[in-house]
Amino acid sequence: MSMFLRITAQRIAFGIMMLLMTSVIIFAGIEILPGDVAQAMLGQSATPDTVAQLRLELGLDRPAIVRFGEWLTNAIQGDFGRSYTNKLDIASEIAHRLKNTLLLAAGAALISIPLALFLGLLGVLYSDGIVDRVTSILVVGGISVPEFFMGYILIFVFAVGWQWFPSNAAVYDGMPISDRLYQMALPIATLVLATLGHMQRMTRAAILDLMSAPFIETARLKGLNTANIIIHHALPNAVAPIINVVMLNIGYLIVGVVLVEVVFTYPGIGQYFVDHVTMRDAPVIQACGLVFATVYIMLNLIADLVSAYSNPRIRHPR
Amino acid sequence: MFDLRQLTPSGAIGLLGLTVFLVITAFAPLLAPYNPYDIVGGPWEPHSDAFLLGTDNIGRDLLSRLLHGIRTTVTVSLAANLLAFAIGITLGFIAAALSGWGDQLLSRANELIMSIPTLIWALALLSMLPPSIEILIAVIAVLESTRIFRISRAVAVNIVASDFVEASRLRGEGLGWLLFREILPNAWSPLMAEFGLRFSFVVLFISALSYLGLGIQPPAADLGGMIKDNKDGIAFGIGAAMVPGATIILLAVSANLFVDWLSQRRRDPRRTL
Repeated sequence: MSMFLRITAQRIAFGIMMLLMTSVIIFAGIEILPGDVAQAMLGQSATPDTVAQLRLELGLDRPAIVRFGEWLTNAIQGDFGRSYTNKLDIASEIAHRLKNTLLLAAGAALISIPLALFLGLLGVLYSDGIVDRVTSILVVGGISVPEFFMGYILIFVFAVGWQWFPSNAAVYDGMPISDRLYQMALPIATLVLATLGHMQRMTRAAILDLMSAPFIETARLKGLNTANIIIHHALPNAVAPIINVVMLNIGYLIVGVVLVEVVFTYPGIGQYFVDHVTMRDAPVIQACGLVFATVYIMLNLIADLVSAYSNPRIRHPR
Repeated sequence: MFDLRQLTPSGAIGLLGLTVFLVITAFAPLLAPYNPYDIVGGPWEPHSDAFLLGTDNIGRDLLSRLLHGIRTTVTVSLAANLLAFAIGITLGFIAAALSGWGDQLLSRANELIMSIPTLIWALALLSMLPPSIEILIAVIAVLESTRIFRISRAVAVNIVASDFVEASRLRGEGLGWLLFREILPNAWSPLMAEFGLRFSFVVLFISALSYLGLGIQPPAADLGGMIKDNKDGIAFGIGAAMVPGATIILLAVSANLFVDWLSQRRRDPRRTL
């Protein structure tokens, strides 16, 4: 256990360091770019005087390092300041929307991960059969159809053609969960379709890779049947690569969510981000960037820990 | 590498598709029946003899815009991908050749950029930079190069360990020779397959950015932007947005099928039970 604890501590420390560095990059990245925030907000026709006035108002006249220190200490305490454009508190807006986004991503993950693992196993069992043909079409589809366009295809068929589901995912707080799920059906389906094929393929590859290992050969020579070999011998050893695949795709979901939220006008953090990106609202962009980076780094951290823990050599040190 | 006698059916479809797209890219102005910027009809007119694919949201000929859109998307994607490979391969090879702390520095910096999803990076950067095609290409290339850095470094690390590289080092060759005369010729084939794969990613990426309004700026025609222009018609059952969407899919599928064929020829992946 002590070894596991040590690895955990190491990874968490690394994750925090990573997050600190990314926060510097996010802040500096927006800071050193040639476009001036005040100039961007006022447009090309602004007089130098008004720009200078706005810079003063936003506190942009102070050195960047001071503002970064202030921004970071506030951000750690959950205060992202106010939006330049609508003057609303960013943190409360993000908290509210992040919940919606995580719900959407979780809904998609809950369907696509078990389904992908199941289809991946089927793909190994019948590696030359019809299952494999179908899934390889799904895979090429999954990586060739842009996720936002996938959303429009679903809208075209299910919302406009057959009118089964709404094309705008209008969710609000305090909505009954069944209504909410009904509204979220098409966005979730879009995300599932976008990740399923890829995840299935990587699961299949991870297990097929193991199938050529010597201990599998032994199991086969012992006379075990294929299903038994896969479930009892290959699968436990495939946990680490599969977890990595899953986490990679959850990370992908987080990005896919941005586009899907825009397509379905779903009130999540992705839509908030895109709206304010087009308005060049620097504090919102920085805050959202930090939130996305945090989620991403945390997912990688969890993936690292789970795959470390799934390794018996680490779980039971001598 | 390109032995066409060993072309599989799916590889042939991919190659054919890519050829068609390249021809359209080269000759779009000659093929297009109208000027893609001219309003020639009413909004969202259905298909007719005058407008083979109908018209778009403000009455421009959809076919002409589609042909020019393919031209823009393919050219910008190719340019971004080439630049990304130039940056990624150079830095990846340098990291492998230097090893030690130089490698550490480059690899950690790369991981750092990769710790934020590419789309988030691109949106944040493009929102603050002045909108222009050159900047769009540069931003995408830099972000894409992180993926290529990883792969070319991994490929190069194996090559650097071989005797002929050691020999050229002992001969006293400089870094430039090492990178481009020793490592590059031996890394071509895996990197070629990667080029095709990344190309289809870049096509999707640029389309997504244009769809969000931060990619190629209107009135220029590009596939993602055309979906954005015509998306409001979908609610009324008007399929104008489906045309550029289907085109993106065809382009990406062609590239993927071709790449699959290329990489299958390198190693036989068929490992059955």
